Amino acid sequence: MSEHVSTYEPKTGFTRWLDTRLPIVRFGADLMSFPTPRNLNYWYTFGGILAFCLGVQIVTGIILAMHYDASGTGAFLSVERGIMRDVNYGWLIRGLHANGASMFFLAVYLHILRGMYYGSYKAPREVLWLLGCVIYVLMMATAFMGYVLPWGQMSFWGAKVITSLFGAFPIIGGPLTQLLWGGFSVDSPTLNRFFSLHYLLPFVIAAVVALHVWALHVPGNNNPTGVNVKSKTDTLPFHPYYTIKDLFAILVFVILFAVIVFYIPDAFEKVDNNIEANPLVTPAHIVPEWYLLPFYAILRAIPDKLTGVLGLAGALGVLFALPWLDTNKVRSMRYRPAARIFFFVWIFFSLVLGWCGSQEPQGTVIPGLPVGPTIIDYGPNSVTWLSRIATLYYFAYFLVITPILSRTEKTLPVPDSLYTPVLSHGVAMPVGAAAAPETKG
Amino acid sequence: MHRFSLAAAAIAAMFAMAGASLPGAALAETTQAPLKDVHWAFDYPLGMYDQAQLQRGYKVYHEVCSACHSMGMVAFRNLADKGGPFFNASYPNSNDNPVVKALAKDAQYDAIDSETGAPIKRPGTTADYFPSPFPNTTAARAANNGALPPDMSLLAAAREGGAHYIYSIVTGDGTTPPPGLTVPDGKYYDPYIPGDLSSFWTGDPKKVPLGGFIAMPPPLIDDRVTFDDGTKATLNQEAWDVAAFLKWASDPKMDERKQLGVEVLIFLLIFTGLLYASYRTIWRNVGH
Amino acid sequence: MADSLAHAGPGADESIEPGRRDFLFLATGAVGVAGVAAVAWPLIDQLNPAADTLALASIEYDLSKVALGSEVTIAWRKQPVFIRHRTPDEIARARADDHAPMKDPATDASRVKAGHEEWLIVLASCTHLGCVPTFKGGEYGGWACPCHGSVYDTSARIRKGPAPKNLYLFPYTFLDNTKVKLG
Repeated sequence: MSEHVSTYEPKTGFTRWLDTRLPIVRFGADLMSFPTPRNLNYWYTFGGILAFCLGVQIVTGIILAMHYDASGTGAFLSVERGIMRDVNYGWLIRGLHANGASMFFLAVYLHILRGMYYGSYKAPREVLWLLGCVIYVLMMATAFMGYVLPWGQMSFWGAKVITSLFGAFPIIGGPLTQLLWGGFSVDSPTLNRFFSLHYLLPFVIAAVVALHVWALHVPGNNNPTGVNVKSKTDTLPFHPYYTIKDLFAILVFVILFAVIVFYIPDAFEKVDNNIEANPLVTPAHIVPEWYLLPFYAILRAIPDKLTGVLGLAGALGVLFALPWLDTNKVRSMRYRPAARIFFFVWIFFSLVLGWCGSQEPQGTVIPGLPVGPTIIDYGPNSVTWLSRIATLYYFAYFLVITPILSRTEKTLPVPDSLYTPVLSHGVAMPVGAAAAPETKG
Repeated sequence: MHRFSLAAAAIAAMFAMAGASLPGAALAETTQAPLKDVHWAFDYPLGMYDQAQLQRGYKVYHEVCSACHSMGMVAFRNLADKGGPFFNASYPNSNDNPVVKALAKDAQYDAIDSETGAPIKRPGTTADYFPSPFPNTTAARAANNGALPPDMSLLAAAREGGAHYIYSIVTGDGTTPPPGLTVPDGKYYDPYIPGDLSSFWTGDPKKVPLGGFIAMPPPLIDDRVTFDDGTKATLNQEAWDVAAFLKWASDPKMDERKQLGVEVLIFLLIFTGLLYASYRTIWRNVGH
Repeated sequence: MADSLAHAGPGADESIEPGRRDFLFLATGAVGVAGVAAVAWPLIDQLNPAADTLALASIEYDLSKVALGSEVTIAWRKQPVFIRHRTPDEIARARADDHAPMKDPATDASRVKAGHEEWLIVLASCTHLGCVPTFKGGEYGGWACPCHGSVYDTSARIRKGPAPKNLYLFPYTFLDNTKVKLG
């Protein structure tokens, strides 16, 4: 909260001296004592989990870079033979890094959904939300380039397909893709620049994360009721209450992570990526990583190349615009029954898009039924038509449903204080809590 | 409670998407018979490699497969690594293991004479990677009717189904084609190879045989090799053992990984339990 | 009042015995520290030489190419190695100094293989900061380091200058009179 007054008092001569020169200890102490709404649930632990994920990716990534050879002839060998077989614990470090990307995206999606459900993007947290969207886009770019580095078949053809998207732009498309490739196709120069950028971007992400946290500490946390913090009784100091809660959540997350790394390390890996990149042969079935599938489905749903690329970009763009599309003053969907339903349907269609992205465009949706007469390239019972319907809902949710609903929805009564619903849960009150209602504003 | 079920649903969705993207599931034209139902200990979460089986598998690889297939990522020393076919606890440094030293010596490698600079042959050492049967891929194709025998280092990891696929392919290779299926010269019918046989099929177009053609002649027959441990070398036994060996070659750290995983998970469960108790203690009687 | 509520925490709660509570926090912290230490090990160990580097083969060298009174510098595990074919005079000089005051005392016999005293085989890195010394003859008849002036005798023992140790020995075996296997 902006009115959070620093309670730090340097105790020794040195800390007093330092405090007037670089108040870094005060900075840390203020973060720790930051008043945080007392009703944050487990969905609010994903911020801490994401910081943990970024740390894991950076540490393991720096190590992998020590053993990696970013050349068309050496990359596959340095990963599959050097790192996976010869480097001490190389298999573990790569397992953490490769699966860490999936864990990172799992956490970021839950974090975004939490923000959408509780209206965390609304005033005064629009900048916080925008910075989050920037991080998400940077994460996708980083993950995509990282996926290219092992230089397997999926790496190569993924890179080829995604970079070719830029060829959709009229006139500049051709020269632009050559510029990206540094050649006439994806090749060693492409791999080298992707490696360079893949190493750079996480530090850019870390910088934007710092801004994101800063932007969080100006208005303070939103909370599941969406009601503003009104008095000190509404909050608890971040430490020890939320440090311990976040740590517990991180550990539960790490258990899932460890099960994947040690027992199903190839759960997210396409078998074709264990074949070295071959520019002359495309794998039979080419799909991106699971966390990009919904966007891939939107791209394929649109029958025109340029419009498809714009649709893909627009699917991200609407996220940025969300604070201005939803103008309802009530933040939390706890008190917006209609919005909640449309939101869950949106999650459902996003998952449908993910499924569509993993399927062949001409595949049938309902097995046993004919695909039907061809309308715009595909029959109604095809994956493509399902993804068209889902794409339509995806955009309608942001551009039509949310703006209209935010003006017309009859919302449920919102509690006066974020602490009221807490009391109604019947939680035992500490001594002195009975006095709390008096201080409410 | 519903919060947890939502989180569980999200995780399930993540796996479902990852799983749904398996090729084959959606390919309308390509068909393949269901892989044969065989089992190895390593199929299970805590199952390890069977060293005797890996030794037999190495023998099949060495005497049969290696005539055409390279395995460029595996060195002789790897055979004596922990979890490998010839691991011996008395030789913690796999380069000292006499079995693999002897195996390496039998291989010949190109070298340069240090005095004359002339190309010579030298015997292999434990540090050498398995020799390639062909000098380059063009030569490999030329010697194999245009088909390139894939490198086997990662074969089990590079095929859907892994060891099960390899077992099925090897035992299914040369299956007598159903009448009505024209097998091209130099190819063999194999129901377990993903393929599309409709253009080679003259029978009922709704009953196109599953599978495809393979360029590899049926590699194994009964008693193709003689196992040192007295195991009867039936075709199925040879295929079972060599599939296990190829699985090991593609994932040599599996034993180490699974073992360390148990230790890590036990630690994590204890730590999480303690942390949860601390968390509850701190939040005790705090309204939230 | 409100203030005390906001900071109501473990300190305000009387229902748990403080000793038990502190023990729980200490145990949790200790297990956490142990976990961090365990995670640190793979992250450090990966810096050690990888298995393929460790496996680099030992090499064999034909000594008949090294004339009496000369030496060769060859690479073994990427490190320079001196193989010097010593003259009887150099051997005599080395033995004569066996009991002279030295920084790192060693007899000449301990630095060569019995029966092959004419062959001095040592790592060619100055024990000061790793430069390769050059054979100079001179006062002690042996090597001098171009970097910081350490002087070694005909047994490659340090006699003068900043280096703390004699040039290092490493494992090697004579396969016959003219063939040596390094490593």
